[in-house]
Amino acid sequence: MPDVVVIGAGMIGAACAYYAAREGLSVTLVDRGAVAAGTTGSGEGNILVSDKEPGPELDLAMLSCRLWTELASEARELGGFEYEPKGGLVVAENDEVLRALAELAGHQEKSGVVTRAVAADELADYEPHLAPGFAGGVFYPQDAQVQPMLAAARLARRRPSVTLRTGTEVTGLLTERGRVTGVRTDAGDIPAGAVVNAGGTWGGEIAALAGVDLPIMPRRGFILVTEPLTGLPSHDASGAPGSSVGSGPLVRHKVYTAAYVTNVASDSAGLETSAVVEATQAGTVLIGASRERVGFDRTVSLPVLARLARQAVGLFPALADVRAIRAYCGFRPYCPDHLPVIGADPRVPGLYHACGHEGAGIGLAPVTGLLIAQLITGAAPELDPAPFRPDRFAEAAA
Amino acid sequence: MTAHDTPTPDAGGDGVGERAVGRYDLVIVGAGPAGLAAAGVAARAGLRVAVLDAGARIGGQYFRQLPEGFRAARPGALHHGFSRFVRLRDALGDADILLGHRVWAVERGPGGGFAVHCLEGREERARTVAAARLLIATGAHDRVLPFPGWDLPGVMTAGAAQALLKGNLVMAGRRVVVAGTGPFLLPVATSLAAAGATVAGVFEAGGRFALAPQALARPGKAAEALAYGYRLARHRVPYKGGRAVVAAHGDGELTHVTVAKVDADWRPYRGGQETIECDTLAVGYGFVPQLDLPAQLGCETSRDAAGGPVARVDRHMRTSVAGVYAAGETTGVGGADLAELEGVIAGRAVVADALGTPVAGDPADPRTEARRRRLAGFARALLRAYPVGDGWTSWLHDDTLICRCEEVPYGRVKEARDLGAADARSIKLLARPGMGWCQGRICGEAVARLAGEDPAPPRRPIAQPVSLGDLAAMDGRDEWKET
Ligand SMILES: Cc1cc2nc3c(=O)[nH]c(=O)nc-3n(C[C@H](O)[C@H](O)[C@H](O)COP(=O)(O)OP(=O)(O)OC[C@H]3O[C@@H](n4cnc5c(N)ncnc54)[C@H](O)[C@@H]3O)c2cc1C
Ligand SMILES: Cc1cc2nc3c(=O)[nH]c(=O)nc-3n(C[C@H](O)[C@H](O)[C@H](O)COP(=O)(O)OP(=O)(O)OC[C@H]3O[C@@H](n4cnc5c(N)ncnc54)[C@H](O)[C@@H]3O)c2cc1C
Repeated sequence: MPDVVVIGAGMIGAACAYYAAREGLSVTLVDRGAVAAGTTGSGEGNILVSDKEPGPELDLAMLSCRLWTELASEARELGGFEYEPKGGLVVAENDEVLRALAELAGHQEKSGVVTRAVAADELADYEPHLAPGFAGGVFYPQDAQVQPMLAAARLARRRPSVTLRTGTEVTGLLTERGRVTGVRTDAGDIPAGAVVNAGGTWGGEIAALAGVDLPIMPRRGFILVTEPLTGLPSHDASGAPGSSVGSGPLVRHKVYTAAYVTNVASDSAGLETSAVVEATQAGTVLIGASRERVGFDRTVSLPVLARLARQAVGLFPALADVRAIRAYCGFRPYCPDHLPVIGADPRVPGLYHACGHEGAGIGLAPVTGLLIAQLITGAAPELDPAPFRPDRFAEAAA
Repeated sequence: MTAHDTPTPDAGGDGVGERAVGRYDLVIVGAGPAGLAAAGVAARAGLRVAVLDAGARIGGQYFRQLPEGFRAARPGALHHGFSRFVRLRDALGDADILLGHRVWAVERGPGGGFAVHCLEGREERARTVAAARLLIATGAHDRVLPFPGWDLPGVMTAGAAQALLKGNLVMAGRRVVVAGTGPFLLPVATSLAAAGATVAGVFEAGGRFALAPQALARPGKAAEALAYGYRLARHRVPYKGGRAVVAAHGDGELTHVTVAKVDADWRPYRGGQETIECDTLAVGYGFVPQLDLPAQLGCETSRDAAGGPVARVDRHMRTSVAGVYAAGETTGVGGADLAELEGVIAGRAVVADALGTPVAGDPADPRTEARRRRLAGFARALLRAYPVGDGWTSWLHDDTLICRCEEVPYGRVKEARDLGAADARSIKLLARPGMGWCQGRICGEAVARLAGEDPAPPRRPIAQPVSLGDLAAMDGRDEWKET
């Protein structure tokens, strides 16, 4: 009998399994699909501190950022998951936005974020192909990226005391006198000392199996993928500053406009896009992502793709001649207060939740895994998990 | 999909003949036998019809077969369907034929109807065509199975071999091996031989006489097979069953292939291998319906006799989405006769739906219906007679490329499986096969089979590469204008 069953082999579940195993626990990691079959396989791998306002989520992100560096250096080849600490550049459309951005950066610094103000005429040093006319920006050297599917798969495999069981659906929870003692699956019961709900966007359904309410909902996002680029297309006629720079990657960091910051925390159900543009090791440029609340609707939305394309071309005019070859969408797991759920459920002893990370689940995975492992073993948590309490919604409603 | 999306008949005020400027009553994507037949029916009934095709001429796969020069020299000899092509072409009436139009996306327009987004010509000019109804007749593409050396220059699919014939690339002097499975190997081999190539052999991985019982049930097809057999014999082309090309070799380009005797599952017997010199290898393992566009609109699919996805249609070729029809190979691979017949049925249904009259009123229908059932039954039998054996995976080495676009060797696919990629999608996510240019059109089937699955319907929101500039230009438009 394993010490812990983790439900969901996405980025979060993989990290929970990894850290629990590191604390000496034996783990069975189950997923109804394959590893990274859920949102982890249909998002991006940005590890961002730049997009977070000071507060509990930024504290999580700061710690997680450090843990990612450790995870990557622990193995060869940057962890085997394309870890790249390339930094993010946030640009401001006009002076007013720039002032707001600089103010935010100032607050973020108090939480340990490293920021560097970039004047308008310095932008080209960071991104030679950026469109002209931006008022300036802020560079965040701690922003990084990973290939999330590989990261989940590799972390799930790194510790021998983790057993991965794919194609196994959890259909119920085993309980004894009100305490969770394992899971019921379509392939038999798995008794365990503790159960972790890492069901992502489906975390609410798993909570419901235990009779508790967890308000996790889907927020759709589309991503556009370009053809692989090798340096600059020769027909660059963008007139971007520094077009004399010649070859070299078209996009060097994660680049987005400051409008992004207001979108992430938005409560609007309508479409919001603020394209984050980044190059990947495969040579493609990823443009993402939109945010919409439309349930689990996979129907292609051309208007959304068109909007992302326009914003990307607005940042890098040379992209206008680059072709998009794919697009895909995923469903971020979000809670009403836009914070994840991390911790023991006081209503159901033995059950822990680790879900609802919305658009930051890749970045926040290591810290989530670490906290869950510490809570299960009774060690002092590295960070106060109170803001992420599973029962906080019930209080709010009452 | 919901009730209010049902297009209202165009009869009455905004009826046929008096339609809104710029909007077609029917847009057909694909100018193969299915699309052409439907266009003829609808245009003759007075609908305003446009036929879009990526190709430079009409005809689709089937009528593309005949090389221009060859036809001139011996009209109709190679191509018994030529007179049929002329008939279909001449029946198009005043339908607009828009060639060189690659459709990269279709979507519902506001207030019913559809927007068909294309890229026109070499300059890839973006253009949108508006339609009240849409017929998807995009045919099928070659099914590709990887094997060692399949990425060498000189190795091509059966469909590509046709293109070689079509362009004036003279075949004479070339030494060609034709391999794979299914009845289409025969016409490919005979046309190559007729064009002057030396066909060193035709190797059918299935049994040599797999087709026989079904062919006997259809005297016409049996005669066709006999005729091919006769022509192969005349060109002294050896035709062997139970044999497969398991490797292609060459230093930079193809010089020879390894042909192995295989069992019923296509696993090579020990020994029994021979080496054949050739500079061209045409491989055909059947065809995969091209479902990108119906999938974009959310049309439901079903499975053909071999487990592959096909567009699900009712007996009038209506898909599950109101106003969208499918005909030809998109509803299942079944040859040119069936494709044309389905086109006719779809054309009639569109006309009836547009006028608001019942389709059943046509006295020709029962016979058409019976004929379609017969042909579809034959197509099913063929699919069953020429299954793809699982043993092809034993031809692979760790360094055999599975995905050419992303250069993913078999070893990496195995690694992904070891990492917990239990299905085709997660193999793709971890090892990247299918993420490149062709979006898995070439390797998708192989990856699905390697994962032990039947291939899933495609999910390609962008069916053809489109520039970000063109996409960006679509932002903020609030009304469909024809451009
Ligand atoms: C378009 C888009 C872009 C994004 N970009 C970023 C980004 O740049 N950076 C970032 O940090 N985050 C990003 N995200 C968010 C990130 O992808 C998610 O927060 C993260 O993947 C959530 O991981 P998870 O493990 O919680 O969920 P999932 O990956 O969805 O894993 C949950 C798993 O649980 C399994 N499961 C569910 N129910 C059961 C059951 N009953 N039995 C067994 N198994 C079950 C599912 O199969 C699934 O595999 C993005 C998301 C989207 C959609
Ligand atoms: C090598 C070979 C030999 C064959 N031999 C025979 C034979 O002897 N007898 C027989 O009955 N059948 C034969 N066939 C099969 C026959 O060609 C098909 O059954 C028939 O052509 C199917 O007709 P269709 O109208 O469904 O599609 P197709 O003829 O394939 O036409 C589809 C058209 O759609 C167009 N298209 C697809 N996607 C798009 C897009 N996104 N935008 C714009 N245009 C698009 C394509 O350019 C194509 O012209 C053979 C096929 C091949 C490849």
